[in-house]
Order: sequence, then C-alpha cells, then structure tokens
Amino acid sequence: MATYLTRRLLIAIPSLLGISLILFVVLALAPGDPFGELASNPNIPPEVRLALRAKFGIDDPIMVRYLHWLVAMARGDWGFSFASRIDVDTLILQRVPTTLFVVGSSQILALLVAVPIGIYAGVRPYSVFDQIANTLAFVGFSLPTFFTGLLLILLFSIKLDWLPFVYQADIQATGWRWVWETIRQAIMPVAVLGFFQAASYTRYVRASVLDVARLDYVKTARAKGVVERGVVLRHVTRNALIPVVTLVALQMPAVFGGAIVTEQIFRVPGIGSLLITAMLANDTPVVMAVTFVFAVLVVAFNLVADLLYGWLDPRIAFR
Amino acid sequence: MAGSTLASRSAEPLLAEPVLSEPLTAEPVLAEPSAALPLAKPVPPSAGTWRRFRRHPLAVASAVLLALVVVAVLAGPLVWPLAIDDIDFAAQLQGPSWAHPFGTDDLGQDLLARMIYGGRISLAVGFAAMLVATFVGIVIGSLAGMSRKLVDPILMWVTDLFLSLPQLPLLLLVIYLFRDKLKEVFGVEGGVFVMIVAVIGGLRWMPVARLVRAQFLTIREKEFVDAARSVGATWWSQVVGEILPNALGPVIVAGTIEVSAAIIAESTLSFLGLGFPPDIPTWGRILFDAKDHLDVAANWAFFPGAAIFLTVLSINFVGDGLRDALDPRSMS
Repeated sequence: MATYLTRRLLIAIPSLLGISLILFVVLALAPGDPFGELASNPNIPPEVRLALRAKFGIDDPIMVRYLHWLVAMARGDWGFSFASRIDVDTLILQRVPTTLFVVGSSQILALLVAVPIGIYAGVRPYSVFDQIANTLAFVGFSLPTFFTGLLLILLFSIKLDWLPFVYQADIQATGWRWVWETIRQAIMPVAVLGFFQAASYTRYVRASVLDVARLDYVKTARAKGVVERGVVLRHVTRNALIPVVTLVALQMPAVFGGAIVTEQIFRVPGIGSLLITAMLANDTPVVMAVTFVFAVLVVAFNLVADLLYGWLDPRIAFR
Repeated sequence: MAGSTLASRSAEPLLAEPVLSEPLTAEPVLAEPSAALPLAKPVPPSAGTWRRFRRHPLAVASAVLLALVVVAVLAGPLVWPLAIDDIDFAAQLQGPSWAHPFGTDDLGQDLLARMIYGGRISLAVGFAAMLVATFVGIVIGSLAGMSRKLVDPILMWVTDLFLSLPQLPLLLLVIYLFRDKLKEVFGVEGGVFVMIVAVIGGLRWMPVARLVRAQFLTIREKEFVDAARSVGATWWSQVVGEILPNALGPVIVAGTIEVSAAIIAESTLSFLGLGFPPDIPTWGRILFDAKDHLDVAANWAFFPGAAIFLTVLSINFVGDGLRDALDPRSMS
C-alpha cells in the first residue's frame, strides 16, 4: 500500500507541474499589466514604476519568471494581495476551510442520494422506479446551479423566510446556537451543489451496477443461496463502486467550478468568491494563487480517489 | 472471414446480410479513395436510426421542443418586433402582461424581446463551441489513435492533464485576462463571442478526444482498414475515408452533450458577470441582471432560467435518444 501511495504521489507531481506551467503561460501571454494602475497615477513618477518592474523581474524571459514563480510557490511565498493588503497565503488559508466544508458536505450529500438510488435502479432496470429516477437525474444535471440557487433563495429566503441567503463566516453566537446557525446557512449551498452532482452520480452508479449485476459470479452467489440483499450489497455494490470512484474523481473539476457559482450566489466567503472578487479588482497574485489552489485540490481529490480505488479493489494496490 | 469480426457498421441488425456489407463498402474504396466519402454516407442507415430514435418518447418530445426554441429565437423578431433596448421607465419591473408576456426589467425593457435576441447568442455559442471542441477532439483523438509510437502516450498525458484542470477558474482567468485585447480586435460583441467559443471549445475537447482514440484503436485493426492499407491508402485516406466514418456514432452523441455543456458554461460566465456585456442579453446575462431584484420581480429571473433549463434538458434527452439510436448494442 505504501509503495502504491508513493507511486501515485510521484505521478501527481508532473501533472501539478504541467498545470502550473499552463496557468503561468496563460498569465504571461495576457496583455494586462500588474502595474498598469500606477501608470495612470500622477503621484508616481515613471522611474518608480520602471524600478518596480525591474525589481519584480517583469521583463525577464518567461521561463526564468516561471522558475522564480514556481520556487516561490513551493516555498509558500505566494505574494502580496494588491487589493486586500495582506499576504496571499494568509488570505487563502482563511477561505479554504469554508470551501472545503461546503464542497465536502455537498459531496457527502450527493453520494448519500446517488448510491442508494443508483443501486436500486440498477438492480431493477426499466422498472417504474428506474425510469422515474432516470428522468429526475436528467432534470437534475440539466438544471444549472445558478438557476436552482436563485429558485431556492426565492422560495426559502424570500417567500418563506426560513433560511438566510447570505452566508456568514463569523456568526455572533456560541455553543449549540452556533452549530445550528452554521447548518442553517449551509443548507441551501450544500443542497444546490449536492443535488446537481447527485444527478450525474446516480447515472454512473446505475450503469455500473447494471454492468456488474449480469456477471457470472453474481449468478453463482445467487445459486449458492446468498439472500438477494447480500448479493446486492456485498457482491454487486462493492465491485460496481470501483468505476464510480474514477468517474467521481473525473467530476472534481466540475465540482469546484460549481462551488464558485454557489459561493457567488450565496455569498459564501470561500476561495471561489475570492477568485471572482480578485478578478474584478485586478488582483493578479490572488487570482493566480486561487486558480492554482483549485488545481491542487483537484489533484489531491484524485489522489484520494486512487486510495479508495486501492481499498475497493486490492488487486490494484499490489500491481 | 470478415463475418467473424463484425465492424461496427455490420453489427447493424437491420441489414439482412451483415457479412456482405463489409466487403461491399470497402471494395470501391480500394479502387478509388476519393469515392470514400459519398459511400460512407449509408453507414448509419438513417431509416433504422430514426426508427430507434422514435422509440424514446422523451427524446422525440425534446427534439420537438428544441426545434420550437430554435424557431422561436430565429423567427421571434418577426412576430414580436419590440426593440431589446427600448427603455420605458413607466413600465419598469412589471410582471407578465399582454403588453409584455414575460414582464419587463428595471429599465422597462421588454424581456421577451431580450430573451429572443439573447437566445440566438446562447444557442450560437453552444453550437459553435461544440464545433470547436469536437474538431479539436477529433484531431487529437485521431493522431493519438493512429500513432503506434510516442505520440499516443504524450497526447493522452496532455488530455489527462487538461481533464484535471479546474475548468471554470481557468475559463474565468483566460476571459478576464484577454477580454480587453479581443474587444479591440473583433469589436465588443464579436470579441466576447470569439473568446468564449474558443475558450469553452478549447477546454472541452478531452472527452471527444478520448472517445475518438478508443474507437480508432479498435477500428484500425479491422480487415477493411488492413485492406485499404495494403493497396496503398495514405495515412490521410485511411483516417478520413475508412476509420473516421465508422467512429462517428459516439462522437455525434458526445457532440450533442457538448452543446448543452457549452450553453451552461456561457450562461455561467455571463451569470458571474464575466461573460457578455449588458447590451447583449444572453440568458445568463439576464439572470445576472435579475438576481438582485428577486424579491420584486421573480419573473425576470424565472423566464431566462427556465429557458436555459429546458434547452439544456432537451439537448441532453436528444443526445440520450441518439445514443440508443446510433448504437443498437447499448440498449441501456
């Protein structure tokens, strides 16, 4: 298992380097100038601007700048936010837990919905339940998150006034009241993201169960008298979940993309809304760092998926 | 001999003699490679495809709905000639009425007219981005699928890399950084359009590329490709004349899904305020403008949202129907 983990980690490093290179090239090709605002400020003489450019190495060749940037990122020196006037890593570290909380809970919700429904539909293909679940799944992933978010706000915040539609990181309460308030304000963002993902996961689980359920070993299990419940839960489900893990891992970029939209709608102070704010403020270091953090999170979740894979299918770990 | 390993086209159950169909379509190609394209046409026998497509009632209903949406946005201005930028402060934030069936926004502009105009852009972006993504995907997938050396692993590594890129952040990054430059070159409307299509297309080719590669890996080993190669078919005519026509079924399905994904991507960008400017009211942009007035004018947000939802839903159902219709073996 340890060698397997090391190997997966070593495979993850080139992808991280590749992603960082793509991000950096995109930034370097862009026409914007980080000191553009200084040029229009009459209080700053052009010599100061040029000295700043030289100091930060903006006119160096691109590969040199990439190496500088990479080394700095690796050492945890992520730069200084132009807009917020604090270090980028502090800013991001403040925001990451909120994003992980919302995304993590929504993934748990999505799997809690998708796995049982997918299995039930998969072992009874073309039944009424299966057809209803399939149609609902189509509806689910065709509903854009920004529209469901607005509909939920309209219904639960404006019409019924049950849930707050602005997420607060610092709730003025303690003890159980704090827990309750945190849950209450997370319900809508988590539901929007969770049900959207649940729709596609349901289809993956169903298709996978359908594939596994017709294999010979399942027939054997039935023939030797394992009860139906045991066949489905122990024999079918475990093997059916293996491809699902891969598909869920492939969905991770989409999940974090959905998190940006949801955070923006519900004003959740996570890194997604930080990204949008930083873009509107032309805060390049923050934009780069947040995009890179998203990439790291995606790669990290892919690693988690690989570990799950090894746990679900022991043959993989020892290959 | 050929009958033992059926190519995808001869697995078609509607043909009375599947075994015969393979040499028949392959032979003229040997004689005259340039004749390959017209002959490739009957490969998915359209009558059978249509017959299977009709068995999926939701797909048929969706195709009708989609056609209605397309006709509505194309012919809409003829029936509903109000201007999209006709500001009327006497009629701001109105609910649906006979004068304004979808209501009005905070400047008193007619929402139906704006949605007809914006729908054209949204659909055009979806379609154009699909073309870009499918084209790039087919090129990369074919190069990887035909290569027997280093090209394949390298291209697949790049594909996997792109698959693990966080797409929306990157999309936002590119658009934010390049927006002003492109506006200078192509004008406001054209610049944003070209950029959004290029970026969405350029970040969504990976599923198509993997699909095309997988198809190529099996099809390139078939006898009819061997036959073509043995009489000296060039790399190009093997790919375009022999393999690609047989690999198109799943690509068409994937392309359908790409359209809906691109429409959602464009709406998302516009909804975040980083897509089209306010004078180009795509559905996502109308939602962005509407989201701060939910309490007083819910209809303003409801109609464009519902339009995006229904369009995407019907495209997905049509794709599902096509999947069943184009691949008779996967009846799931």
